[in-house]
Amino acid sequence: MDFMELLNFYIVPGLVLGSIYALGAVGITLVFAILRYAHLAHGDIATLGAFIAFAAVTLLGLPVYAALPVAMVVTAFAAVGIDRLFYDYLRERPRIVTVMASLGVALMVRSVVQVIWGVDAESYIRGIARPENWWGIRLKDREIVTILSMIGLVLALQLFLMKTKWGKAMRAMSDNPNLALLSGVDNGKVVFLTWLIVGGLCAASGFFLGLNTELKSMMGWQMLLPMFAAAILGGVGRIEGAVLGGLIVGVAEEVSVIFLPSEYKAATAFAILLLMLLVRPTGLLRGKVL
Amino acid sequence: MEWIGLLNYAVFMAIFICIYGLLALGLNIQWGFSGLFNAGIAGFFAVGAYTSAILTTPEADGRIGGFDMPVPVGWAGAMLLAAAIAWPIGKICLRFRSDYLAIASIGVAEIIRLVIKSEDWLTNSARGVTNIPRPFGDLPYAQSQLAYLALVGGVLFVAYLLVERQIAAPWGRMMRAIRDNELAARAMGKDVPFRRLEAFVFGAALMGLGGALFAHLNRAITPEAIDPMVATFLVWIMLILGGSGNNRGAILGVAVVWVIWSFSEILTDQFPPEIAIKAKYIRIFLIGLMLQLVLRFRPEGILPEPQRGVSGKKDS
Repeated sequence: MDFMELLNFYIVPGLVLGSIYALGAVGITLVFAILRYAHLAHGDIATLGAFIAFAAVTLLGLPVYAALPVAMVVTAFAAVGIDRLFYDYLRERPRIVTVMASLGVALMVRSVVQVIWGVDAESYIRGIARPENWWGIRLKDREIVTILSMIGLVLALQLFLMKTKWGKAMRAMSDNPNLALLSGVDNGKVVFLTWLIVGGLCAASGFFLGLNTELKSMMGWQMLLPMFAAAILGGVGRIEGAVLGGLIVGVAEEVSVIFLPSEYKAATAFAILLLMLLVRPTGLLRGKVL
Repeated sequence: MEWIGLLNYAVFMAIFICIYGLLALGLNIQWGFSGLFNAGIAGFFAVGAYTSAILTTPEADGRIGGFDMPVPVGWAGAMLLAAAIAWPIGKICLRFRSDYLAIASIGVAEIIRLVIKSEDWLTNSARGVTNIPRPFGDLPYAQSQLAYLALVGGVLFVAYLLVERQIAAPWGRMMRAIRDNELAARAMGKDVPFRRLEAFVFGAALMGLGGALFAHLNRAITPEAIDPMVATFLVWIMLILGGSGNNRGAILGVAVVWVIWSFSEILTDQFPPEIAIKAKYIRIFLIGLMLQLVLRFRPEGILPEPQRGVSGKKDS
């Protein structure tokens, strides 16, 4: 196997998959750092977002890429609604109770998707997209869009967190919640904003997974483990860490096919997760450990 | 004739309640008494089922086996292997907050599912392991079911007594102390990660035993025998509804949830097929909702955890 083959068949698909994981992992890392629990419904909310985009394409007749912002906005408010309905009143209880509630929410969201859209695989676009040749690297348009959108969304988020008042409030809650509350940060508003952002990112991640593969009701749940592995690999609370982690996990999964039977692709993320917890639980970029 | 069918069905359900009772007891050790979040119950269940199946079946083409061992050896093997898988996971994850264990246990269950589905030489993949000997399997159907019920009921009862005893012992008091105030327990010199590991491994062994009982009941086990997330989640809702931290509550919760679950299945099977498919997912939605409602309105469950030692202090 020469270098170009490795690049075309393993590294490039790995980076595309990694971008999808990165979008989800950024959301997981935000919830983990600001609200301080592991959100197990993350993958299934991504599935919901992907299917909302599907509805926008089939029912409203929107072009595929125009469905993305629609899905992001709808899913963002769905995430806020889920928080209000199921997580909010558990705030005074031990955090692990919220983790349990999120497992229930995962099941509920998934069954809603299954009832409305069924369990068969769907896709946004019919037909096969041919990759174009960029100096020997074969890329499909949708793959370029996936990677560029991920970079764009993460940069926008980073800008928001660094420059705006509410972004700073979110970072303050992540660094030291007691101090942030004493300084007059409105907890309710931070929670609201966090879920808005996380829901939007979830939808984007589900949308791009559906765009590059196909839409299935279980697809989000199967992304949960790689997304968590990415968030922990990068360091909990670090946006750039989650992106780095996502890309590493994505590439590792694709490259693992060379050494392992392809059924065990999903095991790679799990191995990375355990390895990081064993040797460096703070992650590559020194995040926090709960 | 009608009532015999009903009776048979009741016995069948009672057997399942006993099997799920073992899973709920195992989870009660982990969650109820030690505060550990295990989201991979189905994984340990499957390990137990397959281990016992492989150890006790006669030789078959295309997979390892032919050990043909007595059933109790299979059960012991199931408990040992489930515990052996729990050990390294707990070792790595229990130093941190339980969130990490939740993620890792989802991962373990997923990997176990992959191994069972794809390792032909070990589990015969999709065709599954068949010809599993069943205790009292030679009797006519009704007697055989009753005898098996007596057997699993006995196993559950023994497990219940042992867990109760362990929880009343100083070990149980220590585990509750660690659960309720980790910092104080650590200050008293308790080795918190190691104690949690003990609880996690004990619980996993009980789940493995539950899996073994299930495999011997069905005489066969295939990867599709249980839906991992639904099974895991059912056990969770059983424990939370019944009352985590209370073994009797756990078993009561199993009975209540299993009866509701089975009857709703009978109900939805009456519908025409296209609605019945959707009704299956609506049922799953409803158990998810049920958990949220219990967490909100009655987090202590039907039978709350007894306040041990409080009344004793008042008297003295």
